[in-house]
Amino acid sequence: MDKPLPLPTPVSQPFWDGLREHRMRIQYSPSGDRWVFYPRLLAPGSLADDLEWREVSGAAALYSFAVARVPSAAAWSDSPPQLPAIVELAEGPRLTTELVNVDPAAITIGMPLRPVFYDVPDGNITLLRYEPA
Amino acid sequence: MGLRGEAAIIGIAEWKPERRSSRPRRFTIEQWAELARDALEDAGIGAREVDGIVTTAVQETSRFAPATVSEYLGIPVNYGEFVDLGGASAAGMVWRAAAAVELGIADVVLCALPGDPVPEPPVVNDAPADPFGVSSSALYGSPQAEFEIPYGNVAQNVPYAMFAQRYAAEFGDPTRAMAKIAVDQRTNACAHPAAVFHGKPITIEDVLSSPVIAEPLRLLDIVMPCSGGAAVVVANADVARRARHRPVWVKGFGERVAFKTPTYAENLMETAIAPASAQAFAMAGVTHADIDMVSVYDCYTITVLMSLEDAGFCPKGTGADFVNSRDLTFRGDFPCNTHGGQLSFGQPGRAGGMSHVCDATRQIQRRSGDNQVSDCDRAFVTGNGGIMSEQVALILQGD
Repeated sequence: MDKPLPLPTPVSQPFWDGLREHRMRIQYSPSGDRWVFYPRLLAPGSLADDLEWREVSGAAALYSFAVARVPSAAAWSDSPPQLPAIVELAEGPRLTTELVNVDPAAITIGMPLRPVFYDVPDGNITLLRYEPA
Repeated sequence: MGLRGEAAIIGIAEWKPERRSSRPRRFTIEQWAELARDALEDAGIGAREVDGIVTTAVQETSRFAPATVSEYLGIPVNYGEFVDLGGASAAGMVWRAAAAVELGIADVVLCALPGDPVPEPPVVNDAPADPFGVSSSALYGSPQAEFEIPYGNVAQNVPYAMFAQRYAAEFGDPTRAMAKIAVDQRTNACAHPAAVFHGKPITIEDVLSSPVIAEPLRLLDIVMPCSGGAAVVVANADVARRARHRPVWVKGFGERVAFKTPTYAENLMETAIAPASAQAFAMAGVTHADIDMVSVYDCYTITVLMSLEDAGFCPKGTGADFVNSRDLTFRGDFPCNTHGGQLSFGQPGRAGGMSHVCDATRQIQRRSGDNQVSDCDRAFVTGNGGIMSEQVALILQGD
């Protein structure tokens, strides 16, 4: 079973375009001095109409993770264990990702991480994975 | 602010959970009717007195659920409510019913949660509506479809494991306390013949040696999905006084809906149970010491641990010590999930949430049989929807 891929929307397209170029652009709300993830039409919390795209390094710390010995869905049954994770960007927002290039036993919460831009073969999309920095 | 405590649960119906249903297959609206009949019979109240219904989604229609149920029951209502709070739906239905009663817009409100399998259609449509489960919408434009599903953050085991991992990093390994929760609740189930794991006691060693599903969650930390169904009748004081059993007054509630996916929680370790519980206690005008038993939503053992902390039964980060030093069984010093909890009673879909309401109601009505808590007059109940995303707390009390 093929793994499900994201379908960019008109609002989120700049984020996915950034990943395609192996760069990370997320939204920022000047009125709230707040970074935003995932992409929104209006700023979450304030509903301010001032979101702008800014490039960030993607540097993050591990907030939490799971070592799924039993796949969370059939699409992942080929590659146990899965390492889905929540990471916290240096700018503040958290996002969901999966960890790669790491021994599950060596994963610790708070560990510094860096992005891995994974070009999905024939997928016309790039996923944002993370590995130890 | 809030309820005056003048609406009561006066009847309950709860079908025995089964891992493989032995009951004839019925559509959701048919199960709704049967559960309603059973709960009204328990209350000793006629169907013609009903003037309110609260429902969740029914499988036979994607829209107009309250009207569909009202029409099918043949009961026009003054209050037709729809609740979509996952596992918190049951507790959310109860306070909404009580609020409608106190507003005077309804005298008798039915809340039912069917959980048995429905008949298979003669022609099977093989494309599932939710290919990644009901928690993860794969529809175009859904944030889960775009930012969660592609990374495998689907269903419940993975995100609840993330709660447990973060908890361990901040407060210490809760694994043994989680196992004790499973063991004490199993002891309760062994005194409750309707429980799916009745007659099957377990030890802490059994839990710790059960297969790892998503570290640190093991098989026995996780609920057993099964069939079943539950309903309650909520009514005003006049009706409650002539009902068959002791009225169980809805004295306080709180509700908090904060996020869908835990990644976007402000702080994973401060759950929505905290504000929901604080409101429930303040509304009821009681303290934790006044509570005789708790029935806390337990999709996972970590949910119970974090719920007890955030509801204020022990300080944050001390839940493991609290659980390890208390006896959570029906005969213990902190009776918790005396029906076995969903972990050992079984989780019949969203009716699993109602099992906690029924557990507390039976205790206060002194109908719990072998697992009766002595002198039980007041109970604290929680409902938890999604991944700790939606929380409802109730305080229920006898006269």
